[in-house]
Amino acid sequence: MLGYIIRRAMFSLVTIFLVSILSFAIIQLPPGDYVDSYIAQLQATGTPVSEAEAENLRARYGLDEPFVVQYGLWMRQVLRGNLGTSMQWQRPVREVIGDRLALTVVVSLAALVFTWMIALPIGIFSAVRQYSIADYIATTIGFMGLAVPNFLFALVIMYIGWSVFGLNVGGLFSAEYELQGWSFGKFVNLLTHLPVPAIVLGTAATAQGIRVLRNNLLDELRKPYVVTARAKGLSETRLILKYPVRVALNPLASTIGYMLPFIVSGSVIVSIVLSLPTVGPVLLTSLVSQDMFLAGAIVLLLGVMTIIGTFLSDMILLLIDPRIRMEE
Amino acid sequence: MADKEDLSRKPDEPRDPDIARPEATVGAGADYNADTEAARQIGTEGSEAEDRVAVATQFQLMWWRFRRHRLAMIGGIVVLCFYMVVVFADFLAYTSPQASEAERSLMPPQRVYLFDDGSFNPHVFGLDSRRNPQTFQREYFANPDDKIELEFFAEGFEYNLLGFIPTNRHLIGTRDREIGESVFLLGTDVQGRDMWSRLMYATRISLTIGLIAVVISIILGVVMGGLSGFYGGWVDMVVQRVMELLYSIPTIPLWMGLAAAVPDHWSILRIYFAITLIIALIGWTELARVVRGRLLALREEDFVMAANLAGASQFRIIFVHLIPLVLSHIIAAISLALPAMIVAETSLSFLGLGLRPPAVSWGVLLQGAQNIQAVAITPWLLLPAIPVIVVILAFSFLGDGLRDAADPYGM
Repeated sequence: MLGYIIRRAMFSLVTIFLVSILSFAIIQLPPGDYVDSYIAQLQATGTPVSEAEAENLRARYGLDEPFVVQYGLWMRQVLRGNLGTSMQWQRPVREVIGDRLALTVVVSLAALVFTWMIALPIGIFSAVRQYSIADYIATTIGFMGLAVPNFLFALVIMYIGWSVFGLNVGGLFSAEYELQGWSFGKFVNLLTHLPVPAIVLGTAATAQGIRVLRNNLLDELRKPYVVTARAKGLSETRLILKYPVRVALNPLASTIGYMLPFIVSGSVIVSIVLSLPTVGPVLLTSLVSQDMFLAGAIVLLLGVMTIIGTFLSDMILLLIDPRIRMEE
Repeated sequence: MADKEDLSRKPDEPRDPDIARPEATVGAGADYNADTEAARQIGTEGSEAEDRVAVATQFQLMWWRFRRHRLAMIGGIVVLCFYMVVVFADFLAYTSPQASEAERSLMPPQRVYLFDDGSFNPHVFGLDSRRNPQTFQREYFANPDDKIELEFFAEGFEYNLLGFIPTNRHLIGTRDREIGESVFLLGTDVQGRDMWSRLMYATRISLTIGLIAVVISIILGVVMGGLSGFYGGWVDMVVQRVMELLYSIPTIPLWMGLAAAVPDHWSILRIYFAITLIIALIGWTELARVVRGRLLALREEDFVMAANLAGASQFRIIFVHLIPLVLSHIIAAISLALPAMIVAETSLSFLGLGLRPPAVSWGVLLQGAQNIQAVAITPWLLLPAIPVIVVILAFSFLGDGLRDAADPYGM
């Protein structure tokens, strides 16, 4: 088991390393370098930049060096906790995205919780009452949830919220809490705003979860041990929840690893539509204005976050599925 | 899916609820195969239908299985209709997608009246505009005295049908007026461009970008999956790790990063191909997974060894003998990959990172509906969402049916 954990951790580290290269490639991709656009920006605001200053900046970021050396320099900075400076905001990247990153985690987790809360009961119900009307309804809605891109779903919810209920469903805080520091009131306010983004983000994963759980459970329900248990007079609820559901959950648990990147990915676009104060909108503006250090840092951090999340979900799977433990 | 329970199944066939549900094997692959194997032996006891099955070709079998999947059939027909729009976009549009006029900004959709005093005479009413003195917004009112009669196959702007037949016929036109200035079936956008005509051209771009991206993905997926599945060993290792990497990172930020690097000054066509390539580069993994999985199973078969002994090259074995066998699976995977690609393009363009105006795609059209104000005041700008959702649903049903049909245990 320890061997498995170590192997899994090593793989996560390798993935993080590859993600960091990809993120750096994104910083490097646009034509010209950071200093060019920085100077262009300063000149646009009327601040002249001398040739010497430009050379200084280039030397500081090692922009004359080859890709590998530049990557090394950037990595050294990042590992020391310095993500560079955002040109657009004129502040360290860490300050710009700190709170937003935390809120991204909160929104993604909320979506994950929503997914499980909905997928579990519906999946079980669909399988136990296979081909009932409720099963048809659940699977059809599930299919739609899987098919509709979540940013469109966000737009539609926004429209319905406005036209039917007269509400603006965007944002994570009410106006009065927006600029305040953290307090209990703000926390409660956040909780009341979480359901909409959680539903929008979680729907596709929920649909997927329902399908996987339903199919796995249907498989289990046909096995002889279920008949035996029933013949012995175990109550139906207990029988289903205690054995087949437990077995059927394992393959579902292993999909968390793939759900997480999916949800984080979706949160970027949904945040822009619903104007959530997560990293999504900042990523978009930073990409449009070619504020590449900010953009690179966000892609890197989102990637690392998901990989850590995936690693943790694998560890949870290890706890609940004895078969994985036995393999070692 | 809802239609898995098939009523048309012949009574002498085994009622196996596992039919057409390959995912069900996740938990218990071995039992499943053994079960269906046993069931099939019972089913083969001297029935004429079974004889027909025995001599049918792979694709006939697939077609029979596919036909029973009713939602998939409907999905297939809807997808076909959408591609007809792609081919005949200029015919269906009645004005140029770029013709703008500030005077016609944000007009609501016109209501079409099909009958006039009991006889068939489709017409709309002209819109008069007026500024609201309070909100300063332009408001439009239908003018009942200004009847605009519509006719079919009318003359309009010049274009080349199918790209080479010059004509000026369009599906609809007006009898005595400039259609671009009087008919707005789906309203207009901020710049006063007709939404209906823009939607037709957007469909063309959005659906072809998906096709091209899928073609690139297939090539990547088949080559990578093929190598990985056939050679195994370290090749498999490397390809597997790359696929896992692409699975385990959030793709949209990555797409956004890559798409933002596409220079602004490129021509529409170059941006179009760049975006296609970006989408395909990240989207090939699912196809590779399918091909690899099938090849891993097939390479142990006797005919592969026979080909090997006969001196066929590895390349020949993979691409001449094995790929045709997994073709049906590839087709199913494609129809599932296509909607993902269409969504990818729509999302990127919606964010302003994909195709840029003057190109028209669904995502570009939806840019107009990006915030709550637009959605609340001018809800018709949200209309392009409908074809996106419909085509994705249709593709999903179609893909689901094809995947079930391609499953050799399904019959």
